[in-house]
Amino acid sequence: MNHTLDLITRVRGVRGAMLVSADDGLIVAEQLMEGIKGSTVAALAASLAGRLRRAMEAAGIGASVFWHLQADKGTLLVVPAASGMLVVAVAEPDVNIGLVRLELLRAGETVV
Amino acid sequence: MADDVRALSAQLAQDPQSLVFLRLAEALRRKGQLDAALRVALNGLERHPHLADAHDLYARVLTDKHDYERAFDEWDMALRIAPNHTGALKGLAFLYFKVGDLQQAETHLELAKRVEPDDPTITQAIDMVRGGASPPSPEPSHAEPPAETAASATAAVATPVLDESRVFAGLEGAQEGLVLLDAAGRVLGGALRNPAGADVTDAVAAYLAGVSQEAARTAKLLGLGAWSGLSAEGKHGNVHVSQPSKDALLLVVRDRGVPLGRLAILAQRATGMARRWLDAQ
Repeated sequence: MNHTLDLITRVRGVRGAMLVSADDGLIVAEQLMEGIKGSTVAALAASLAGRLRRAMEAAGIGASVFWHLQADKGTLLVVPAASGMLVVAVAEPDVNIGLVRLELLRAGETVV
Repeated sequence: MADDVRALSAQLAQDPQSLVFLRLAEALRRKGQLDAALRVALNGLERHPHLADAHDLYARVLTDKHDYERAFDEWDMALRIAPNHTGALKGLAFLYFKVGDLQQAETHLELAKRVEPDDPTITQAIDMVRGGASPPSPEPSHAEPPAETAASATAAVATPVLDESRVFAGLEGAQEGLVLLDAAGRVLGGALRNPAGADVTDAVAAYLAGVSQEAARTAKLLGLGAWSGLSAEGKHGNVHVSQPSKDALLLVVRDRGVPLGRLAILAQRATGMARRWLDAQ
């Protein structure tokens, strides 16, 4: 599991990555830079993922495969894995989003 | 040129979400102000991470700064977003040539030629590679953009069917997959139908208000500052959520055939229209 997160955090600009239980927002595994509150990230990501999922399902476009929240000082990127886990990354605003997305999707496939 | 930079800077300051950063960074790059060009390009990429032209521009600046490794990543990303992006194809060809991989250089140029068979610079670059000479350092696909800007040209290509009046009509209730709502989840304009044709506007609006609050809370508590957009890929469609004003939210939904980068351009335009529409109310 750590190897999976390793591949994400190796991308330049990624401050941390974690696996989060989508149901309760609890951390399953994490690799975070100092200063990032893992439990906060996990809880917020799970909560936002749940709301987004409901909105997207209501719109008839199915559950989300990947989403990212863009903000002034950084970005939160999430891939909901089939296992009910969320693969989450927190990154700098100038991170290569496409690359992180690919690594998150790969990680999502390996998480069971 | 200095006037160009001033004018473009002013335009960008007025509308930071606009694509004018592409022209500004390119103008700065041409003036040799690479650090400034890099900053502008990076800020633009932050706002438009799925815009292939933004990655292409950033890669060109990085190339000028001899940061070839990162330039390679950026052009590679541009191609993942837009596989026929000739700027990225030419850029990668240039970098392959730099490391002595003439075969890959030629392959990428051939691919570019297939996309733009009438571009003489590509033919010239292929001849140069075959002759063992370095192809010219990559320039934008339209090296000297006329009065029409590179940015607007990009947008026009990326969203050929986007017509402002139609988007505005969408805000007034047409079925455009575009919904404007207030902070409490009340619909201000636009409408949304699911793939089966049922009107789902109110349900989505209700859920979306919660998403907006949660996004703001998340960004704040994580120390990420103010959120500027939320993009999501769904199994049957893509969505982009933005805030045209503090108390309003705009949702743009398109099927999966519209990639997130193109959706971001569309959403950006719609956000501008929504902002004007809100101001007019």
